[in-house]
Amino acid sequence: MFRDTINLLRKDLLLEARGREVVPAMALLALSTLVVLHFALGQQSLDGKLAAGALWIAILFSATLGIGRLFVAESEDGGMDAVLLTPVDRAAILLAKVIALFTFLVMVQIVIVPAFGLLLLGPHLAPALPKLVGILLLTDAAIATVGALVGAIAVQSRLRDLLAPLLALPLLIPPLIAATHATAGILATGGPEGIPGRWPLIIALYALVFGLLGIALYDNVLDD
Amino acid sequence: MTEKRKAPGRGLKPLAILTALTLGTAYGMVFFWTPNEADQGFVQKIFYLHVPMAIVTLGGFILGGIFGFIQLRTGDRKWDLRSYVAIHLSLMLALGTLITGSIWARASWGHWWVWDEPVLVSFLIVFLLYSCYQPLRFSIEDPDKQARYASVFAVVAGAFVPMNFAAVRLAQAYTHPRVLGGAQNSMPGSMQITFLLAIVGMTLLYATLWKFEITSKTTRMQLGSIKRRLERDNPGSPA
Repeated sequence: MFRDTINLLRKDLLLEARGREVVPAMALLALSTLVVLHFALGQQSLDGKLAAGALWIAILFSATLGIGRLFVAESEDGGMDAVLLTPVDRAAILLAKVIALFTFLVMVQIVIVPAFGLLLLGPHLAPALPKLVGILLLTDAAIATVGALVGAIAVQSRLRDLLAPLLALPLLIPPLIAATHATAGILATGGPEGIPGRWPLIIALYALVFGLLGIALYDNVLDD
Repeated sequence: MTEKRKAPGRGLKPLAILTALTLGTAYGMVFFWTPNEADQGFVQKIFYLHVPMAIVTLGGFILGGIFGFIQLRTGDRKWDLRSYVAIHLSLMLALGTLITGSIWARASWGHWWVWDEPVLVSFLIVFLLYSCYQPLRFSIEDPDKQARYASVFAVVAGAFVPMNFAAVRLAQAYTHPRVLGGAQNSMPGSMQITFLLAIVGMTLLYATLWKFEITSKTTRMQLGSIKRRLERDNPGSPA
């Protein structure tokens, strides 16, 4: 199971490394969102709540793009048949997708968080970085568990690309609430503040619940 | 069709009569028996419609999730139909809850929409999520897959409902007029009884509508299969 997951994950990452379809598009969308937000809000620089909101909007939008494309390789040309024909556990398939999406999100954030610090953020990014990275990684885990499930459902529908963001955004509101609250303190003008423990806890619990849902449902969501 | 020939709509009439009686009594009591609330006056009476509707809506969404779960366990599409009808009805009631909640907010706070009101906001999020149920369901053609993925959605969304409420509530100040619950439950007896009766009535209404919808869908399917059989046995006859 563990080795299958690694192999499947390697396949997904290799496909992305060769094709370079999803991650650049996600990063571009996130960057464009930041630029749009600059003009829409009419602000030279942001801090605190507004900065947290802007960052998370950009991340969430780019995540919906990644979620919509997550199972596309499988849905085209009978790719899923091929994967299902191999003697791997279906849980490994879903788990590999969760980790793949997580990796994509991290790669996108490596680009857009510094860009955000450069373009929009008022306070300095460097002192905020350790805590910010913690919250980002935790929330990425939540987005990845939710996203893999949503991607697997949406890809079955004729409305695939339409439905993925519509399903993902409401489902991601609870971790978003916690993440923005935590990030607002980190990006405050007077330097990063402490994070109340309940916000990371909510995000972790949310990731856990969706992880359990994935374990309960994986047999039913993967199909040719 | 191998299932036993039980009249599909059995028990619907007494259920409907009971619903009409209970709801009629409850709202009669609302207007003629319960006192006006001291703070908000007559407007507070929308509480007897809004809150039962909200409770039944959420119960229906969770029921849809449970039915979906049974469908995934058993693979019997009957449960998918039940889940579908439960969610479908709850979605309509959710719209009603949002509208009545908005009216109440306007009357008691002066705004049609209040973002620091966690229940209303949670309802909107849940409503947005479930609005995707039907597009998802009807964009999957294969009937078996449709039943399965609709059920997966029902289970995921059903689990999401309580989590979402908890998260939104944590994020905001408690500004809702908490009529029930809390340490100082100051509702007079007449209000409590009326409120409970309104909840029972709303639940019965949901049950009646659910049964009606199931009956109508089952009957239509049976009619379809009879028509097909007729066509097969007498080809060329206008069925």
